[in-house]
Amino acid sequence: MGINILALSYLIASVTFIVGLKMLSNPASARRGNMVAAVGMVFAIFATIFLYEEQSEGLGNYGWIFGGLIIGTVVGTLAAKKVKMTAMPQMVSLFNGMGGACAALISIVEFDHLVHSASSESIQNGSLLIIMLGLIIGSVSFSGSMVAWGKLDGRVGDYAFKGQHIFNLVLLGAMIALTSYLMLATSASPAFYFYVVLAIALIYGIFFVLPIGGADMPVVISLLNSFTGVAAACGGFLYDNNAMLTGGILVGAAGTLLTILMCRAMNRSLTNVLIGSFGGGAATAAASGAQGTYKEISLSDAAVVMSYANKVMIVPGYGLAVAQAQHACHELEKILTDKGVEVKYAIHPVAGRMPGHMNVLLAEADVSYDRLMEMEQANEDFPTTDVVLILGANDVVNPAAKTDPASPIYGMPILEVEMAKTVIVNKRSMKPGYAGIENDLFFRPKASMLFGDAKKVLQDLIAEVKNL
Amino acid sequence: MEQLLQWFTQHQQIIYIVVLMVFVGIEVIGRVPSVLHTPLMSGANAIHGVVIIGAIIVMGKAEPDNYLALALGFVAVIVGTLNVVGGFVVTDRMLEMFRKKK
Repeated sequence: MGINILALSYLIASVTFIVGLKMLSNPASARRGNMVAAVGMVFAIFATIFLYEEQSEGLGNYGWIFGGLIIGTVVGTLAAKKVKMTAMPQMVSLFNGMGGACAALISIVEFDHLVHSASSESIQNGSLLIIMLGLIIGSVSFSGSMVAWGKLDGRVGDYAFKGQHIFNLVLLGAMIALTSYLMLATSASPAFYFYVVLAIALIYGIFFVLPIGGADMPVVISLLNSFTGVAAACGGFLYDNNAMLTGGILVGAAGTLLTILMCRAMNRSLTNVLIGSFGGGAATAAASGAQGTYKEISLSDAAVVMSYANKVMIVPGYGLAVAQAQHACHELEKILTDKGVEVKYAIHPVAGRMPGHMNVLLAEADVSYDRLMEMEQANEDFPTTDVVLILGANDVVNPAAKTDPASPIYGMPILEVEMAKTVIVNKRSMKPGYAGIENDLFFRPKASMLFGDAKKVLQDLIAEVKNL
Repeated sequence: MEQLLQWFTQHQQIIYIVVLMVFVGIEVIGRVPSVLHTPLMSGANAIHGVVIIGAIIVMGKAEPDNYLALALGFVAVIVGTLNVVGGFVVTDRMLEMFRKKK
Protein backbone atom coordinates (compact mmCIF):
# COMPACT_ATOMS: atom_id res chain seq x y z
CA MET A 1 0.00 0.00 0.00
CA GLY A 2 2.58 2.52 1.15
CA ILE A 3 4.94 1.74 -1.67
CA ASN A 4 2.14 2.29 -4.19
CA ILE A 5 1.29 5.67 -2.75
CA LEU A 6 4.99 6.50 -2.91
CA ALA A 7 5.08 5.67 -6.61
CA LEU A 8 1.99 7.80 -7.16
CA SER A 9 3.57 10.70 -5.25
CA TYR A 10 6.62 10.51 -7.45
CA LEU A 11 4.44 10.59 -10.53
CA ILE A 12 2.63 13.67 -9.21
CA ALA A 13 5.95 15.31 -8.38
CA SER A 14 7.31 14.62 -11.87
CA VAL A 15 4.24 16.12 -13.49
CA THR A 16 4.39 19.23 -11.28
CA PHE A 17 8.05 19.71 -12.26
CA ILE A 18 7.16 19.65 -15.95
CA VAL A 19 4.07 21.83 -15.57
CA GLY A 20 5.93 24.20 -13.23
CA LEU A 21 8.78 24.63 -15.66
CA LYS A 22 6.32 25.26 -18.47
CA MET A 23 4.50 27.90 -16.43
CA LEU A 24 7.80 29.48 -15.42
CA SER A 25 8.53 30.33 -19.02
CA ASN A 26 5.53 32.64 -19.30
CA PRO A 27 5.44 35.97 -17.41
CA ALA A 28 1.75 35.69 -16.51
CA SER A 29 1.95 32.25 -14.90
CA ALA A 30 5.57 32.19 -13.74
CA ARG A 31 4.95 32.72 -10.07
CA ARG A 32 2.24 30.08 -9.88
CA GLY A 33 4.54 27.73 -11.80
CA ASN A 34 7.16 28.08 -9.11
CA MET A 35 4.54 27.27 -6.48
CA VAL A 36 3.30 24.22 -8.38
CA ALA A 37 6.80 22.78 -8.57
CA ALA A 38 7.39 23.54 -4.89
CA VAL A 39 4.22 21.71 -3.86
CA GLY A 40 5.28 18.70 -5.92
CA MET A 41 8.65 18.77 -4.22
CA VAL A 42 7.13 18.81 -0.73
CA PHE A 43 4.95 15.86 -1.72
CA ALA A 44 7.94 13.87 -2.94
CA ILE A 45 10.02 14.66 0.14
CA PHE A 46 7.41 13.63 2.69
CA ALA A 47 6.35 10.58 0.73
CA THR A 48 9.98 9.48 0.69
CA ILE A 49 10.44 10.00 4.41
CA PHE A 50 7.37 8.05 5.47
CA LEU A 51 6.72 5.58 2.70
CA TYR A 52 10.07 4.62 1.22
CA GLU A 53 11.07 1.06 1.88
CA GLU A 54 13.84 -1.22 0.75
CA GLN A 55 13.39 -4.96 1.16
CA SER A 56 10.21 -4.08 3.05
CA GLU A 57 12.14 -2.08 5.57
CA GLY A 58 11.31 1.58 6.08
CA LEU A 59 13.72 4.41 6.72
CA GLY A 60 15.06 5.20 10.14
CA ASN A 61 17.05 8.01 11.71
CA TYR A 62 14.05 10.33 11.62
CA GLY A 63 15.69 12.62 14.14
CA TRP A 64 18.63 13.20 11.85
CA ILE A 65 16.46 13.60 8.78
CA PHE A 66 14.12 16.13 10.32
CA GLY A 67 17.03 17.90 12.02
CA GLY A 68 18.69 18.35 8.64
CA LEU A 69 15.47 19.40 6.98
CA ILE A 70 14.74 21.99 9.64
CA ILE A 71 18.25 23.44 9.65
CA GLY A 72 18.26 23.61 5.86
CA THR A 73 14.81 25.18 5.72
CA VAL A 74 15.56 27.85 8.30
CA VAL A 75 18.95 28.80 6.88
CA GLY A 76 17.72 28.62 3.28
CA THR A 77 14.65 30.75 3.91
CA LEU A 78 16.57 33.36 5.87
CA ALA A 79 19.35 33.57 3.30
CA ALA A 80 16.90 33.80 0.41
CA LYS A 81 14.73 36.39 2.15
CA LYS A 82 17.52 38.59 3.36
CA VAL A 83 19.59 38.72 0.21
CA LYS A 84 19.49 42.05 -1.63
CA MET A 85 18.02 42.18 -5.12
CA THR A 86 21.46 42.98 -6.49
CA ALA A 87 22.95 39.86 -4.93
CA MET A 88 20.31 37.48 -6.31
CA PRO A 89 22.60 35.92 -8.95
CA GLN A 90 25.20 34.94 -6.34
CA MET A 91 22.49 33.36 -4.26
CA VAL A 92 21.29 31.19 -7.13
CA SER A 93 24.85 30.08 -7.69
CA LEU A 94 25.30 29.28 -4.01
CA PHE A 95 22.12 27.17 -3.86
CA ASN A 96 23.13 25.43 -7.05
CA GLY A 97 26.46 24.52 -5.48
CA MET A 98 24.59 23.05 -2.50
CA GLY A 99 22.67 20.74 -4.82
CA GLY A 100 25.92 19.64 -6.44
CA ALA A 101 27.47 18.97 -3.03
CA CYS A 102 24.42 16.93 -2.06
CA ALA A 103 24.78 14.73 -5.15
CA ALA A 104 28.50 14.26 -4.51
CA LEU A 105 27.91 13.33 -0.84
CA ILE A 106 25.34 10.73 -1.84
CA SER A 107 27.90 9.22 -4.19
CA ILE A 108 30.53 9.06 -1.46
CA VAL A 109 28.22 7.22 0.94
CA GLU A 110 26.96 4.86 -1.75
CA PHE A 111 30.51 4.09 -2.84
CA ASP A 112 31.44 3.25 0.69
CA HIS A 113 28.40 1.00 0.78
CA LEU A 114 29.37 -0.68 -2.46
CA VAL A 115 32.93 -1.38 -1.35
CA HIS A 116 31.79 -3.04 1.85
CA SER A 117 29.11 -5.18 0.31
CA ALA A 118 30.33 -7.74 -2.20
CA SER A 119 27.32 -8.00 -4.46
CA SER A 120 27.15 -9.47 -7.94
CA GLU A 121 29.68 -7.90 -10.22
CA SER A 122 27.61 -6.80 -13.20
CA ILE A 123 25.29 -4.66 -11.13
CA GLN A 124 28.26 -3.40 -9.23
CA ASN A 125 29.87 -2.07 -12.38
CA GLY A 126 26.71 -0.35 -13.57
CA SER A 127 26.13 1.24 -10.20
CA LEU A 128 29.77 2.20 -9.93
CA LEU A 129 29.59 4.08 -13.20
CA ILE A 130 26.55 6.01 -11.99
CA ILE A 131 28.18 6.69 -8.63
CA MET A 132 31.30 8.00 -10.33
CA LEU A 133 29.25 10.20 -12.67
CA GLY A 134 27.26 11.63 -9.77
CA LEU A 135 30.47 12.23 -7.85
CA ILE A 136 32.31 13.95 -10.70
CA ILE A 137 29.45 16.08 -12.00
CA GLY A 138 28.25 17.00 -8.51
CA SER A 139 31.74 17.99 -7.33
CA VAL A 140 32.47 20.05 -10.45
CA SER A 141 29.14 21.78 -10.03
CA PHE A 142 29.84 22.44 -6.36
CA SER A 143 33.32 23.91 -6.65
CA GLY A 144 32.46 25.72 -9.88
CA SER A 145 29.40 27.32 -8.33
CA MET A 146 31.41 28.41 -5.32
CA VAL A 147 33.91 30.16 -7.58
CA ALA A 148 31.08 31.74 -9.59
CA TRP A 149 29.54 32.94 -6.35
CA GLY A 150 32.86 34.40 -5.22
CA LYS A 151 33.31 36.16 -8.53
CA LEU A 152 29.89 37.76 -8.55
CA ASP A 153 30.38 38.77 -4.95
CA GLY A 154 33.67 40.39 -5.84
CA ARG A 155 35.67 38.04 -3.61
CA VAL A 156 37.44 36.19 -6.41
CA GLY A 157 39.08 37.82 -9.40
CA ASP A 158 39.56 36.50 -12.91
CA TYR A 159 42.55 34.25 -13.10
CA ALA A 160 44.02 32.49 -16.08
CA PHE A 161 47.45 31.11 -16.85
CA LYS A 162 49.07 29.98 -20.02
CA GLY A 163 47.95 26.55 -21.12
CA GLN A 164 45.03 26.50 -18.75
CA HIS A 165 42.81 24.87 -21.32
CA ILE A 166 45.33 22.09 -21.76
CA PHE A 167 45.61 21.78 -17.99
CA ASN A 168 41.84 21.40 -17.78
CA LEU A 169 41.81 18.78 -20.50
CA VAL A 170 44.50 16.85 -18.64
CA LEU A 171 42.38 16.92 -15.48
CA LEU A 172 39.36 15.73 -17.43
CA GLY A 173 41.40 12.95 -19.01
CA ALA A 174 42.76 11.90 -15.62
CA MET A 175 39.24 11.60 -14.21
CA ILE A 176 38.10 9.44 -17.10
CA ALA A 177 41.20 7.26 -16.90
CA LEU A 178 40.94 6.74 -13.15
CA THR A 179 37.22 5.98 -13.38
CA SER A 180 37.80 3.40 -16.11
CA TYR A 181 40.60 1.90 -14.06
CA LEU A 182 38.35 1.67 -11.02
CA MET A 183 35.69 -0.10 -13.04
CA LEU A 184 37.79 -2.48 -15.08
CA ALA A 185 40.61 -3.49 -12.78
CA THR A 186 39.94 -5.01 -9.40
CA SER A 187 42.13 -2.69 -7.44
CA ALA A 188 43.27 -3.52 -3.95
CA SER A 189 42.38 -0.08 -2.63
CA PRO A 190 39.49 1.31 -4.67
CA ALA A 191 38.79 3.97 -2.05
CA PHE A 192 42.12 5.64 -2.74
CA TYR A 193 41.37 6.11 -6.44
CA PHE A 194 37.87 7.20 -5.62
CA TYR A 195 39.05 10.05 -3.44
CA VAL A 196 41.69 11.05 -5.97
CA VAL A 197 38.89 11.41 -8.53
CA LEU A 198 36.91 13.47 -6.02
CA ALA A 199 39.87 15.79 -5.49
CA ILE A 200 40.49 16.18 -9.21
CA ALA A 201 36.81 16.91 -9.84
CA LEU A 202 36.83 19.66 -7.23
CA ILE A 203 39.97 21.21 -8.70
CA TYR A 204 38.57 20.90 -12.19
CA GLY A 205 35.45 22.84 -11.19
CA ILE A 206 37.58 25.66 -9.84
CA PHE A 207 39.76 25.96 -12.92
CA PHE A 208 36.78 25.54 -15.21
CA VAL A 209 35.16 28.73 -13.90
CA LEU A 210 38.19 30.81 -12.83
CA PRO A 211 39.28 32.11 -16.24
CA ILE A 212 35.77 33.06 -17.35
CA GLY A 213 35.00 36.76 -17.07
CA GLY A 214 32.61 38.01 -14.42
CA ALA A 215 30.19 39.34 -17.04
CA ASP A 216 29.71 35.81 -18.35
CA MET A 217 28.89 34.32 -14.95
CA PRO A 218 25.13 34.05 -15.61
CA VAL A 219 25.84 31.73 -18.53
CA VAL A 220 28.24 29.69 -16.42
CA ILE A 221 25.77 29.42 -13.55
CA SER A 222 23.10 28.26 -15.95
CA LEU A 223 25.48 25.62 -17.29
CA LEU A 224 26.45 24.44 -13.81
CA ASN A 225 22.75 24.39 -13.01
CA SER A 226 22.16 21.85 -15.75
CA PHE A 227 25.20 19.89 -14.50
CA THR A 228 23.61 19.60 -11.08
CA GLY A 229 20.44 18.43 -12.79
CA VAL A 230 22.35 15.57 -14.39
CA ALA A 231 24.03 14.77 -11.07
CA ALA A 232 20.60 14.56 -9.43
CA ALA A 233 19.45 12.25 -12.21
CA CYS A 234 22.39 9.96 -11.42
CA GLY A 235 20.86 9.59 -7.98
CA GLY A 236 17.60 8.67 -9.69
CA PHE A 237 19.39 5.95 -11.62
CA LEU A 238 21.01 4.65 -8.48
CA TYR A 239 17.83 4.36 -6.45
CA ASP A 240 15.53 3.61 -9.37
CA ASN A 241 13.75 6.78 -8.33
CA ASN A 242 11.61 8.31 -11.03
CA ALA A 243 11.05 11.67 -9.35
CA MET A 244 14.79 12.27 -9.09
CA LEU A 245 15.30 10.99 -12.58
CA THR A 246 12.66 13.14 -14.27
CA GLY A 247 13.45 16.23 -12.20
CA GLY A 248 17.17 15.91 -12.81
CA ILE A 249 17.06 15.19 -16.51
CA LEU A 250 14.40 17.83 -17.05
CA VAL A 251 16.63 20.47 -15.49
CA GLY A 252 19.67 19.08 -17.27
CA ALA A 253 17.99 19.45 -20.66
CA ALA A 254 16.15 22.70 -20.00
CA GLY A 255 19.23 24.17 -18.34
CA THR A 256 21.40 23.36 -21.31
CA LEU A 257 18.92 24.97 -23.69
CA LEU A 258 18.60 27.98 -21.40
CA THR A 259 22.38 28.34 -21.39
CA ILE A 260 22.39 28.39 -25.18
CA LEU A 261 19.51 30.90 -25.25
CA MET A 262 21.42 33.18 -22.87
CA CYS A 263 24.49 33.02 -25.09
CA ARG A 264 22.33 33.82 -28.08
CA ALA A 265 20.95 36.89 -26.32
CA MET A 266 24.55 38.13 -26.21
CA ASN A 267 25.16 36.98 -29.76
CA ARG A 268 27.98 34.69 -28.71
CA SER A 269 28.54 30.99 -28.81
CA LEU A 270 28.92 28.83 -25.74
CA THR A 271 32.44 27.84 -26.75
CA ASN A 272 33.30 31.49 -27.06
CA VAL A 273 32.09 32.09 -23.50
CA LEU A 274 33.84 29.04 -22.08
CA ILE A 275 37.15 29.55 -23.83
CA GLY A 276 36.76 33.01 -22.42
CA SER A 277 37.42 36.05 -24.55
CA PHE A 278 36.04 38.46 -21.93
CA GLY A 279 38.48 37.43 -19.26
CA GLY A 280 41.45 36.48 -21.41
CA GLY A 281 41.52 39.08 -24.15
CA ALA A 282 40.62 42.18 -22.19
CA ALA A 283 44.18 43.28 -21.58
CA THR A 284 45.10 43.51 -25.25
CA ALA A 285 42.00 45.39 -26.30
CA ALA A 286 42.50 48.13 -23.74
CA ALA A 287 45.30 49.57 -25.82
CA SER A 288 42.97 51.13 -28.37
CA GLY A 289 44.05 54.79 -28.11
CA ALA A 290 42.13 57.78 -29.50
CA GLN A 291 40.61 58.74 -26.18
CA GLY A 292 40.05 62.44 -26.71
CA THR A 293 38.13 64.42 -24.13
CA TYR A 294 34.70 64.06 -22.64
CA LYS A 295 32.43 66.83 -21.51
CA GLU A 296 30.40 67.12 -18.35
CA ILE A 297 26.90 68.43 -17.99
CA SER A 298 25.61 70.19 -14.90
CA LEU A 299 22.61 68.91 -12.98
CA SER A 300 20.46 71.92 -13.82
CA ASP A 301 21.31 71.69 -17.51
CA ALA A 302 20.42 68.02 -17.51
CA ALA A 303 17.14 68.79 -15.76
CA VAL A 304 16.26 71.46 -18.33
CA VAL A 305 17.15 69.29 -21.30
CA MET A 306 15.00 66.46 -20.00
CA SER A 307 12.02 68.57 -18.92
CA TYR A 308 11.68 70.16 -22.34
CA ALA A 309 12.20 67.01 -24.30
CA ASN A 310 9.34 65.20 -26.02
CA LYS A 311 10.71 61.78 -25.43
CA VAL A 312 13.24 60.54 -22.91
CA MET A 313 14.66 57.04 -22.96
CA ILE A 314 16.27 55.71 -19.79
CA VAL A 315 18.93 53.03 -20.18
CA PRO A 316 19.46 51.30 -16.84
CA GLY A 317 22.53 49.22 -16.05
CA TYR A 318 24.32 47.60 -13.17
CA GLY A 319 25.14 51.02 -11.69
CA LEU A 320 21.42 51.53 -11.05
CA ALA A 321 21.23 48.21 -9.24
CA VAL A 322 24.30 48.90 -7.11
CA ALA A 323 23.02 52.32 -6.09
CA GLN A 324 19.55 50.86 -5.37
CA ALA A 325 18.27 53.79 -7.38
CA GLN A 326 15.23 52.11 -8.93
CA HIS A 327 12.74 54.04 -6.79
CA ALA A 328 14.41 57.37 -7.50
CA CYS A 329 14.39 56.42 -11.14
CA HIS A 330 10.66 55.72 -11.08
CA GLU A 331 10.04 59.05 -9.36
CA LEU A 332 11.97 60.96 -12.01
CA GLU A 333 9.92 59.13 -14.61
CA LYS A 334 6.67 60.23 -12.90
CA ILE A 335 7.71 63.86 -12.62
CA LEU A 336 8.78 64.01 -16.23
CA THR A 337 5.57 62.31 -17.32
CA ASP A 338 3.59 64.93 -15.39
CA LYS A 339 5.38 67.56 -17.43
CA GLY A 340 4.18 65.89 -20.60
CA VAL A 341 7.40 64.08 -21.44
CA GLU A 342 7.12 60.57 -22.81
CA VAL A 343 9.42 58.41 -20.72
CA LYS A 344 10.43 54.88 -21.69
CA TYR A 345 13.06 52.41 -20.53
CA ALA A 346 15.37 50.65 -22.94
CA ILE A 347 16.30 47.26 -21.54
CA HIS A 348 19.26 45.42 -22.98
CA PRO A 349 18.83 41.66 -22.54
CA VAL A 350 22.04 41.34 -20.55
CA ALA A 351 22.07 44.69 -18.76
CA GLY A 352 23.05 44.23 -15.14
CA ARG A 353 24.50 40.97 -14.00
CA MET A 354 21.82 38.61 -15.25
CA PRO A 355 19.32 38.55 -18.07
CA GLY A 356 16.15 40.14 -16.78
CA HIS A 357 17.99 41.81 -13.90
CA MET A 358 16.75 45.28 -14.88
CA ASN A 359 13.15 44.17 -15.35
CA VAL A 360 13.10 42.70 -11.87
CA LEU A 361 14.67 45.80 -10.39
CA LEU A 362 12.33 48.26 -12.09
CA ALA A 363 9.31 46.13 -11.36
CA GLU A 364 10.27 46.35 -7.70
CA ALA A 365 9.88 50.11 -7.96
CA ASP A 366 6.45 49.66 -9.59
CA VAL A 367 7.56 50.84 -13.00
CA SER A 368 4.75 49.85 -15.33
CA TYR A 369 5.38 46.91 -17.61
CA ASP A 370 4.53 48.70 -20.85
CA ARG A 371 7.20 51.33 -20.34
CA LEU A 372 9.92 48.74 -20.66
CA MET A 373 11.14 48.34 -24.22
CA GLU A 374 13.18 45.40 -25.40
CA MET A 375 16.33 46.06 -27.34
CA GLU A 376 14.98 45.78 -30.91
CA GLN A 377 12.02 47.97 -30.08
CA ALA A 378 14.20 50.56 -28.36
CA ASN A 379 16.64 50.70 -31.24
CA GLU A 380 13.75 51.55 -33.56
CA ASP A 381 12.72 54.31 -31.20
CA PHE A 382 16.08 56.00 -30.63
CA PRO A 383 15.99 58.15 -33.82
CA THR A 384 12.85 59.88 -32.51
CA THR A 385 14.19 60.21 -28.97
CA ASP A 386 15.40 63.57 -27.68
CA VAL A 387 17.33 62.56 -24.60
CA VAL A 388 18.83 59.24 -23.61
CA LEU A 389 19.70 58.99 -19.93
CA ILE A 390 22.16 56.18 -19.27
CA LEU A 391 22.18 55.11 -15.64
CA GLY A 392 25.21 53.02 -14.84
CA ALA A 393 25.16 51.03 -18.06
CA ASN A 394 28.35 50.71 -20.04
CA ASP A 395 29.16 47.67 -22.14
CA VAL A 396 25.62 47.39 -23.50
CA VAL A 397 25.92 50.81 -25.14
CA ASN A 398 29.54 50.48 -26.25
CA PRO A 399 29.75 51.20 -30.00
CA ALA A 400 32.93 49.10 -30.16
CA ALA A 401 30.69 46.04 -30.19
CA LYS A 402 29.59 47.11 -33.66
CA THR A 403 32.68 48.74 -35.09
CA ASP A 404 35.82 47.27 -33.54
CA PRO A 405 36.51 43.64 -34.45
CA ALA A 406 39.38 43.60 -31.94
CA SER A 407 37.07 44.36 -29.05
CA PRO A 408 36.22 41.43 -26.80
CA ILE A 409 32.54 42.32 -26.98
CA TYR A 410 32.57 42.62 -30.78
CA GLY A 411 29.40 41.14 -32.22
CA MET A 412 27.22 41.66 -29.17
CA PRO A 413 24.09 43.62 -30.13
CA ILE A 414 23.94 46.97 -28.35
CA LEU A 415 21.47 49.73 -27.67
CA GLU A 416 22.21 52.27 -30.37
CA VAL A 417 21.81 55.32 -28.18
CA GLU A 418 23.75 57.50 -30.60
CA MET A 419 20.74 57.61 -32.88
CA ALA A 420 19.09 59.91 -30.34
CA LYS A 421 19.67 63.67 -30.24
CA THR A 422 21.42 63.88 -26.86
CA VAL A 423 22.95 61.30 -24.59
CA ILE A 424 23.46 61.94 -20.89
CA VAL A 425 25.63 59.37 -19.17
CA ASN A 426 25.51 58.90 -15.43
CA LYS A 427 28.51 57.00 -14.10
CA ARG A 428 30.47 57.10 -10.92
CA SER A 429 33.75 57.72 -12.70
CA MET A 430 35.43 57.23 -16.04
CA LYS A 431 36.47 53.73 -15.05
CA PRO A 432 35.65 51.08 -17.66
CA GLY A 433 32.72 48.73 -17.18
CA TYR A 434 32.57 45.11 -16.17
CA ALA A 435 34.14 43.74 -19.34
CA GLY A 436 37.13 45.98 -18.58
CA ILE A 437 37.09 47.89 -21.85
CA GLU A 438 36.99 51.59 -22.68
CA ASN A 439 33.79 53.02 -24.10
CA ASP A 440 34.20 55.41 -27.01
CA LEU A 441 30.66 56.59 -26.60
CA PHE A 442 31.61 58.84 -23.71
CA PHE A 443 33.99 60.79 -25.91
CA ARG A 444 31.53 61.32 -28.75
CA PRO A 445 30.15 64.84 -29.31
CA LYS A 446 26.56 63.84 -28.53
CA ALA A 447 27.42 62.44 -25.12
CA SER A 448 27.87 64.36 -21.90
CA MET A 449 28.78 62.99 -18.53
CA LEU A 450 26.93 63.38 -15.25
CA PHE A 451 29.19 61.91 -12.59
CA GLY A 452 28.02 60.54 -9.27
CA ASP A 453 26.18 57.74 -7.56
CA ALA A 454 23.01 56.97 -9.52
CA LYS A 455 20.67 57.40 -6.57
CA LYS A 456 22.17 60.71 -5.45
CA VAL A 457 22.21 62.10 -8.99
CA LEU A 458 18.61 61.04 -9.61
CA GLN A 459 17.41 62.64 -6.38
CA ASP A 460 19.19 65.87 -7.26
CA LEU A 461 17.74 65.73 -10.76
CA ILE A 462 14.25 65.31 -9.34
CA ALA A 463 14.76 68.36 -7.12
CA GLU A 464 16.01 70.39 -10.07
CA VAL A 465 13.13 69.36 -12.30
CA LYS A 466 10.67 70.30 -9.55
CA ASN A 467 12.24 73.75 -9.22
CA LEU A 468 11.93 74.56 -12.89
CA MET B 1 31.20 -4.82 -22.97
CA GLU B 2 28.64 -7.56 -22.65
CA GLN B 3 28.08 -6.54 -19.05
CA LEU B 4 27.27 -3.04 -20.16
CA LEU B 5 24.85 -4.22 -22.84
CA GLN B 6 23.15 -6.45 -20.33
CA TRP B 7 22.96 -3.58 -17.94
CA PHE B 8 21.39 -1.49 -20.70
CA THR B 9 18.65 -4.08 -21.24
CA GLN B 10 17.99 -4.29 -17.54
CA HIS B 11 17.53 -0.57 -17.26
CA GLN B 12 15.90 0.23 -20.55
CA GLN B 13 12.83 1.73 -18.92
CA ILE B 14 14.95 4.26 -17.09
CA ILE B 15 16.85 5.01 -20.25
CA TYR B 16 13.58 5.64 -22.06
CA ILE B 17 12.56 8.11 -19.37
CA VAL B 18 15.89 9.89 -19.71
CA VAL B 19 15.56 10.25 -23.48
CA LEU B 20 11.96 11.43 -23.30
CA MET B 21 12.70 13.90 -20.50
CA VAL B 22 15.48 15.45 -22.56
CA PHE B 23 12.93 16.26 -25.25
CA VAL B 24 10.33 17.45 -22.74
CA GLY B 25 12.87 19.72 -21.06
CA ILE B 26 13.86 21.33 -24.33
CA GLU B 27 10.29 21.62 -25.57
CA VAL B 28 8.89 23.08 -22.38
CA ILE B 29 11.10 26.16 -22.22
CA GLY B 30 11.59 26.60 -25.96
CA ARG B 31 9.90 29.98 -26.24
CA VAL B 32 10.89 31.74 -23.04
CA PRO B 33 11.32 35.54 -23.28
CA SER B 34 14.74 36.79 -22.20
CA VAL B 35 13.13 38.68 -19.30
CA LEU B 36 12.41 35.36 -17.64
CA HIS B 37 15.82 33.76 -18.17
CA THR B 38 16.99 34.45 -14.63
CA PRO B 39 13.83 33.37 -12.77
CA LEU B 40 13.58 30.29 -14.97
CA MET B 41 17.16 29.36 -14.19
CA SER B 42 16.48 29.87 -10.52
CA GLY B 43 13.30 27.78 -10.68
CA ALA B 44 15.11 24.98 -12.48
CA ASN B 45 17.79 25.28 -9.82
CA ALA B 46 15.17 24.60 -7.15
CA ILE B 47 13.77 21.63 -9.08
CA HIS B 48 17.09 19.81 -9.26
CA GLY B 49 17.02 20.07 -5.50
CA VAL B 50 15.00 16.86 -5.86
CA VAL B 51 18.39 15.27 -5.18
CA ILE B 52 17.34 15.74 -1.53
CA ILE B 53 15.33 12.53 -1.91
CA GLY B 54 18.57 10.65 -2.41
CA ALA B 55 20.03 12.30 0.67
CA ILE B 56 17.00 11.29 2.72
CA ILE B 57 17.31 7.70 1.55
CA VAL B 58 21.02 7.64 2.40
CA MET B 59 20.30 9.09 5.81
CA GLY B 60 17.37 6.80 6.52
CA LYS B 61 19.27 3.65 5.54
CA ALA B 62 22.39 4.45 7.51
CA GLU B 63 23.09 2.00 10.30
CA PRO B 64 23.49 3.60 13.71
CA ASP B 65 27.18 2.65 13.88
CA ASN B 66 28.09 3.79 10.39
CA TYR B 67 29.40 7.20 11.30
CA LEU B 68 30.58 8.08 7.80
CA ALA B 69 27.09 7.52 6.33
CA LEU B 70 25.44 9.30 9.25
CA ALA B 71 27.65 12.37 9.09
CA LEU B 72 27.76 12.71 5.31
CA GLY B 73 24.08 11.89 5.00
CA PHE B 74 23.21 14.56 7.53
CA VAL B 75 25.25 17.17 5.69
CA ALA B 76 23.70 16.01 2.42
CA VAL B 77 20.20 16.48 3.82
CA ILE B 78 21.09 19.99 4.99
CA VAL B 79 22.64 21.15 1.74
CA GLY B 80 19.90 19.47 -0.28
CA THR B 81 17.22 21.27 1.73
CA LEU B 82 19.13 24.52 1.25
CA ASN B 83 18.99 23.94 -2.48
CA VAL B 84 15.26 23.21 -2.49
CA VAL B 85 14.00 25.81 -0.03
CA GLY B 86 16.45 28.55 -0.95
CA GLY B 87 15.85 27.92 -4.63
CA PHE B 88 12.09 28.20 -4.45
CA VAL B 89 12.11 31.21 -2.12
CA VAL B 90 14.61 33.14 -4.23
CA THR B 91 12.63 32.38 -7.38
CA ASP B 92 9.45 33.53 -5.71
CA ARG B 93 11.09 36.75 -4.62
CA MET B 94 12.26 37.43 -8.15
CA LEU B 95 8.83 36.73 -9.60
CA GLU B 96 7.09 38.78 -6.96
CA MET B 97 8.59 41.76 -8.73
CA PHE B 98 6.83 40.82 -11.93
CA ARG B 99 3.30 40.86 -10.64
CA LYS B 100 1.10 43.39 -12.33
CA LYS B 101 -0.18 45.93 -9.87
CA LYS B 102 -3.20 47.90 -10.72
